[in-house]
Amino acid sequence: MTKALTNSELLELYRQMALIRRFEEKSAELYAEGKIGGFLHLYIGEEAIAVGSCKALLPTDHLLTAYRDHGWAIARGLPAERVMAELLGKATGVSGGKGGSMHLASAEHRYWGGHAIVGGHLPLATGVGLEIRYNNKPDAVLCVLGEGTTNIGYFHESLNLAALWKLPVIYLVENNQYGMGTEVGRASALTNIYEKGCAYGIENRQFNGQDVIETYEVMSEALAYARQEGPVLLEALTYRYVGHSMGDPERYRTKAEIEMWRERDPLCRIEDKMTSEGTASFDDFTRIQAEVAAAVDEMVKFAEASPEPEDAALWEHIYVESGADMGGRL
Amino acid sequence: MTRMSVREAISAALREEMYRDERVFIMGEEIGKWGGTYAVTRGFLDEFGEKRVRDTPIAEGVIVGAAIGAAIAGLRPVAELMTINFAFLAMDQIVNHAAKIHYMFNGQIRVPLVIRTVGGGGRQLGATHSQTPDAVFAHFPGLKVVAPGTPADAKGLLKSAIRDDNPVFFIEHATLYQVKGEVPDDEDFLVPIGVSDVKREGKDVTIVSYSKMLQTSLEAADKLAGEGIEAEIIDLRTLRPLDIEPVIASVKKTNRIVVVEEGWRSFGIGAEISSRVTELAFDYLDAPVRRVAQAEVPLPYNRRLEQLALPQVADVINAVKDVMYLR
Repeated sequence: MTKALTNSELLELYRQMALIRRFEEKSAELYAEGKIGGFLHLYIGEEAIAVGSCKALLPTDHLLTAYRDHGWAIARGLPAERVMAELLGKATGVSGGKGGSMHLASAEHRYWGGHAIVGGHLPLATGVGLEIRYNNKPDAVLCVLGEGTTNIGYFHESLNLAALWKLPVIYLVENNQYGMGTEVGRASALTNIYEKGCAYGIENRQFNGQDVIETYEVMSEALAYARQEGPVLLEALTYRYVGHSMGDPERYRTKAEIEMWRERDPLCRIEDKMTSEGTASFDDFTRIQAEVAAAVDEMVKFAEASPEPEDAALWEHIYVESGADMGGRL
Repeated sequence: MTRMSVREAISAALREEMYRDERVFIMGEEIGKWGGTYAVTRGFLDEFGEKRVRDTPIAEGVIVGAAIGAAIAGLRPVAELMTINFAFLAMDQIVNHAAKIHYMFNGQIRVPLVIRTVGGGGRQLGATHSQTPDAVFAHFPGLKVVAPGTPADAKGLLKSAIRDDNPVFFIEHATLYQVKGEVPDDEDFLVPIGVSDVKREGKDVTIVSYSKMLQTSLEAADKLAGEGIEAEIIDLRTLRPLDIEPVIASVKKTNRIVVVEEGWRSFGIGAEISSRVTELAFDYLDAPVRRVAQAEVPLPYNRRLEQLALPQVADVINAVKDVMYLR
């Protein structure tokens, strides 16, 4: 049985969710100011999934995600100011300014990326699971994907192989109801995504992704199962409050629907629970909100003050050898 | 030195590297119980067991992708794609993942992976099973592309590929497996990736080739020698990173060049070599660069039509005579 979270742990999870939300709101501002380029996919509304899941992961476990990855990187413990620096394309960014919003990673945290080809990271996560079994390690892999990804061949190839070889991989579907602008029922023949695990005899479960406590508990159980037995397919029901990416006209959904999901907000849920139990006060939450806002301001200052990558960085890391070692024969 | 076939050389390289390094394992379709559709891994399952000789489902995307993941986590996989034609099913993993990950994440992550595959026509397998799309794979920075033409190079290059910390796409040729040659016995015999090789010295004309077409070119050179024409043959061996210097040095000596490739001419290996020679040695050329390549058709099944489409020894001889203005 999973150990119950203490009140101070719960407040810490709240702080992380609040930090991610403020980080994303600030990112949207910076994007509007033209300081962030390319695509920007915000995690606002889905924070409980990353925070609850990463609470259950051990430092030795592995993480791979899709491109909506800021929240995951921060929840996994990557320095958030270096995540911000990556969004600004700076040399101090977690990927040296060469990856951008969709390609965050930190080998030190066993976070093997933010991947932007939908479905492309599922085989990779499966292979990381293979290494764990190959070397008889106790670790597990968390592979995070959107519900739209469960219609791709890679999903089926990966689940089949993971089941066949009993690999310790948790495929966590963040079902935010839309693949870009296409709602789940217009793209997937099965709308209960977790049931797709049945096709491969994989343990599967659906849970409330707006509840950080439930997320933590489900993930803890899934990790224990994966380490011992094999793969798990989880479906977190969630919702993104903002567009797929910046500039999404959002013609595919109603304001009423967004408001309905805001009623289930993961931060409000903790506020309501703890204040009604008397384990925290509104002052506590107001203080935390002020602290994370100040912290995010500092992150932006760090990122903006950071240097651009040198021109020489263009030619670095094409191969493990340096460009010079390749004799310029690139 | 031991005389052995390309098949035996590749098999020996795999076996030696698997004994040398516990992290090296092989995975792919029919490589275990079947012994490999080209019999390269026959006996490996009994010798190394199921952990290190992994039969996979027919699912090229996850074969390559899982190998990338295992490499990221510290293993040194050798993934086999039964033929290069099936590599298109794994193209996203090869070009969007294997070739990008080290660079895109700023050098934090390494992908020490070998993808072994088999290309080439000439076995009446029809249009979808007979392609030589080597140039396609050579297009992507971040990937190394190797295509040996002799047993010694096959062994030495495969061992280098397995020891390399980068993703290496290793292209074998379906009709080269029986070709025999002398191979050094030293277990640390390596052929460096990214180094072209002069396979035959000559003063009259330069022939640039690799893989199966190296053998075709060598045969043409023997016949040309009978007519008093001494061809110098450069074997590229690696397509990316391309080692152009020996080609340029040779052209400066012979002033004439023919490029022989089995794939299609348009946007191909010959086009790249021709362009570089023009950039680096234009003033040394006494004739336009000539390319010998496959007819630009999907390769047909009929034996006679298939051979008509593939480059032959006579085509190489004629191209050489063209650049020497002897025809």
